[in-house]
Amino acid sequence: MADPFATPGDKSYPVTPLGYPARLLEPDQTFESVNRTIEAPLFGKLPGYWLPGFFLVSAMLLMFLVAVTYLIWKGVGIWGINIPIAWGFAIVNFVWWIGIGHAGTFISAILLLLMQKWRTAINRLTEVMTLFAVMCAGMFPLLHLGRPWIFYFVLPYPDTMGLWPQFRSPLVWDVFAVSTYFTVSLLFWYIGLIPDLATLRDRAPGKWQKVIYGIMSFGWRGSARHWQRHQDAYLLLAGLATPLVLSVHSVVSFDFSVAMVPGWHSTIFPPYFVAGAIYSGFAMVLNILIPLRKIYHLEKIIPIRYLNNMANVMLATGMMVAYGYFIEAYMAWYSGDIFERYMMMNRAFGPYGWIFWALMLTNVVIPQLLWNRRIRTSPLGLWLVALSINVGMWVERFVIVVTSLHRDFVPSSWRMYYPTKWDWMVLFGSVGLFLTLLFLFVRFLPMISMTEVRELTGRKEFEQP
Amino acid sequence: MSAPSSIYCVSAEFPGHEELIDAVKRAREAGYTRMEAYTPYPVEELPEAFGRGRTAVPLLTLIGGMIWGLGGFFMEWFAMDIGYPINVGGRPYMSWPSFIPVTFELTVLGAAITATVAMIALNKLPQPHHPVFDLPNFERASQDRFFLCIEASDPKFDLTATKAWLETLRPLRVGEAST
Repeated sequence: MADPFATPGDKSYPVTPLGYPARLLEPDQTFESVNRTIEAPLFGKLPGYWLPGFFLVSAMLLMFLVAVTYLIWKGVGIWGINIPIAWGFAIVNFVWWIGIGHAGTFISAILLLLMQKWRTAINRLTEVMTLFAVMCAGMFPLLHLGRPWIFYFVLPYPDTMGLWPQFRSPLVWDVFAVSTYFTVSLLFWYIGLIPDLATLRDRAPGKWQKVIYGIMSFGWRGSARHWQRHQDAYLLLAGLATPLVLSVHSVVSFDFSVAMVPGWHSTIFPPYFVAGAIYSGFAMVLNILIPLRKIYHLEKIIPIRYLNNMANVMLATGMMVAYGYFIEAYMAWYSGDIFERYMMMNRAFGPYGWIFWALMLTNVVIPQLLWNRRIRTSPLGLWLVALSINVGMWVERFVIVVTSLHRDFVPSSWRMYYPTKWDWMVLFGSVGLFLTLLFLFVRFLPMISMTEVRELTGRKEFEQP
Repeated sequence: MSAPSSIYCVSAEFPGHEELIDAVKRAREAGYTRMEAYTPYPVEELPEAFGRGRTAVPLLTLIGGMIWGLGGFFMEWFAMDIGYPINVGGRPYMSWPSFIPVTFELTVLGAAITATVAMIALNKLPQPHHPVFDLPNFERASQDRFFLCIEASDPKFDLTATKAWLETLRPLRVGEAST
């Protein structure tokens, strides 16, 4: 792998024989400097951006609460949905958010098993991004139910009416997949957090902080027996989360592909959805990480070559997604099915054609800039490309959901879908919820794993070429 | 001379994990058996240095995953075949391939919950206080220092002699904690 900051012969950044950077952190890092850098956002002065930023994002959250309250008051009729387009923004947002959640588990579990040590600088932030994104995602199917207060009908519980959920339905699989994903992500995140909470307990300047971090750390004392069990559990959870992360978006794609709607009924959906999920997840990681890295001066712990690594993952998964678009069109033609062929022509040249071409621009054309090393190593350039991918992945779900539905089999049922202001308020409001949680997290919990970065500092053998 | 009953352990403090591993090996050679190390990050060589076997966490996780997975499959079979059978186009009630996604998810969920609970319970956490927290400078065991503690219950333990022996390892500091 070519790395702009680790070239053979450069003494300050030695590389392994395979060309990987041999040193993961900047050369002058010590235990104390690592601890101090990571705790600074928690115990240091509030940066100037925090309060105005928090005001803005919590105003967005307030907008979400208004929109949801009115939705529950009036019903889903306030949205632009109709028959045949019964799935509108709610499902688009659901798939978008759950996709964003995937990068967290990918980084924390799959890269852990592949022993990609560079993940240690970013895994905590991406795990928490997963949790918050899945929280946002999980609300949309419930709100779309129309009567969200009886959502528990989809769970198997001792019902006095003797009812059971229909376990052959992908929508019920979805309930299990998303709730399992949230629970496992939460456990994985918290297990990793316990030793860091102990560090914060021992370093906190105030008494209350000591007490609260002490309770949250369960009285962790870092004994060798504890660490042994901790590492076993952590590794097992990583192993369990690896097939899980691939299964969740596959199950989400079954919601579509098990139906017989042209444009949904396709076997390419599971792998193409998973690739898209990791693609958008990495884009969201970069959109969050690049500003935080700048504000909190984390350049020494998150060197620019980690951003480059993430850009490479985005490039690879982006090519898989582009291949998915191509195969979808090819299969529509090759199937010879008139409904499939019509769907594809209508998608590209019908009334929603301009959205399809916006998708091609934001999700296929603009990400090709990542072939350029200068874009991959420029935080601003990378941030803009990642933003384009985030928009593009949202548009992709809009194209899949709406253009497939709006031309039903019988032309008399054809309708158009136009989002209302309540649709937009819910979409941007959910972004507000996500960012509000993120603001609080950055202030109250360490956004980088202190334990794992300390281990990188202490283990000189990781630096041997 | 036996140890005063109020002493829990004596400790030696080291600046890095290599020194600690070396100290553990030497303590075992010297005949100490009841001791524990406290480190700011996991040191994977330590269980071997102490001569400890594997933990029970993996086996419990396997059992937990199997119980949840089989239980989930049984629940689906019961619901779809006996509890609330729905005839969909004459297809079999026991349509097991469509039960696999939920079975898989519940297996993962059960295994993950078991792994977490097993780790916390076997470690006897939450435990707000422990005698080692009284060791001098112990707050740095979670930051940048590595502690070896020889416990008073060790048959070879002798407060003065053990402390003198720990000094020969050239630690940063030797301390003691009472129960």
